[in-house]
Amino acid sequence: MSGVRVLVGTRKGAFVMTADGKRKDWDVTGPFFGGWEIYHVKGSPADKNRLYASQSSGWSGQVVQRSDDGGKTWTPVGNKFSYDGVPGTHQWYDGTPHPWEFARVWHFEPAPGDPDTVYAGVEDAGLFRTTDGGQNWQEMPGLRTHGSGPSWQPGAGGMCLHTIIVDPAHHDRMFAAISAAGAFRSDDAGQTWRPINRGLHSEGIPDSDAEVGHCVHRIAQHPSRPDTLYMQKHWDVMRSDDAGESWREISGNLPTDFGFPIDVHAHEPDTVYVVPITSDGEHFPPEGKLRVYRSRSGGDDWEPLTNGLPQEHCYVNVLRDAMSVDSLDDCGVYFGTTGGQVYASADAGDTWAPIVRDLPAVLSVEVQTLS
Amino acid sequence: MIRLVLPAHLRTLAHIDGEIELAVAGEVTQRTVLDALEARYPVLRGTIRDQDTGKRRPFIRFFACEEDLSHEQPDLGLPEDVVKGKEPYLVIAAMAGG
Repeated sequence: MSGVRVLVGTRKGAFVMTADGKRKDWDVTGPFFGGWEIYHVKGSPADKNRLYASQSSGWSGQVVQRSDDGGKTWTPVGNKFSYDGVPGTHQWYDGTPHPWEFARVWHFEPAPGDPDTVYAGVEDAGLFRTTDGGQNWQEMPGLRTHGSGPSWQPGAGGMCLHTIIVDPAHHDRMFAAISAAGAFRSDDAGQTWRPINRGLHSEGIPDSDAEVGHCVHRIAQHPSRPDTLYMQKHWDVMRSDDAGESWREISGNLPTDFGFPIDVHAHEPDTVYVVPITSDGEHFPPEGKLRVYRSRSGGDDWEPLTNGLPQEHCYVNVLRDAMSVDSLDDCGVYFGTTGGQVYASADAGDTWAPIVRDLPAVLSVEVQTLS
Repeated sequence: MIRLVLPAHLRTLAHIDGEIELAVAGEVTQRTVLDALEARYPVLRGTIRDQDTGKRRPFIRFFACEEDLSHEQPDLGLPEDVVKGKEPYLVIAAMAGG
């Protein structure tokens, strides 16, 4: 019997929500790791019961939790993230050099074919990998040390590596994105990297079309069309059709092109979802209306999806890792808000209903399709 | 035996109920007590001290005998009452936030 498992990270713990293929009646468990910030929880594509959770706090730092039974029980694994060699400095907010310091794991990306191999994107921006199920983590230093690292500067949320895409078609190709450095690509399985930001334009940096320095919020890819990437930048929604070699803006008729998450329909590579947010100074939806926007044409032409979402007095945000899709025949779309709601749509966004309404602020939402 | 008390969130993490008693070989210092703690509970590695530098995490404090030992050298001997087990060594999550 088909079903889904929704993995939710919040400011004060993790939650696991399951439903059958109808996605109407939900079983909610948690909080796991109550009181801790859970930046991300993600399952392995190679073993649906293998989950990894990033647990952290300002007091006690980073803990990594692993589940081998789909989130029923958890075991702490390795939590030592040491940069390779002498890490050097990056730019601080005021432009002065600042030593590279590990703060937390923002994102786990389990490798497609091996539940023991996981990539971790961390703050201060770096890419780590485990090949033993999380017991030991080694930096893949080629990204941080490729040359532009000393000029990277943190975004308002910290200098985080938040997006990792392991290309399903070209097995040695990976993408990563850093706020506020930009997008990067490797063609040798993460050993060496180069910036892929041509076409991005950011008014908040001295050279608006510089090679690095862009505040990329999120990148999404559809596995059937791996050279097409969709990007939600600080401002601007962007698209590349040449694996990041060049980008063009597809904001079109969006009410605002500021936002954090972006995702692609599981079966329609031209159907894209964003959640427009008023501005970088006002992190809430325009007009107090929570609207997901969907483009069925790969961008430029967007339609608001409002059925079941609050259309007055709504001033929540949707963070960059807080949207996901399932791969059931009727593609499900999910997102969580800083107001603690997790919304689900079982019909590709046409209608929405909350799974829960009163969680702590939601940091991340991932979905596993179970069969 | 050295008596040690952890903040609630670390007791939960390490599945510890109440106070811990630790046998510490050699001189009893903050470093040797925390080394013994982490040896018995590896999950606590990195949660009290940085794993690379060994430095106390900024929002963790060390108290004993009504004194704040957070800024003492880690290899300095702990108070006699802690060494004899009369008083506990307290690992504290500093008051922070709002």
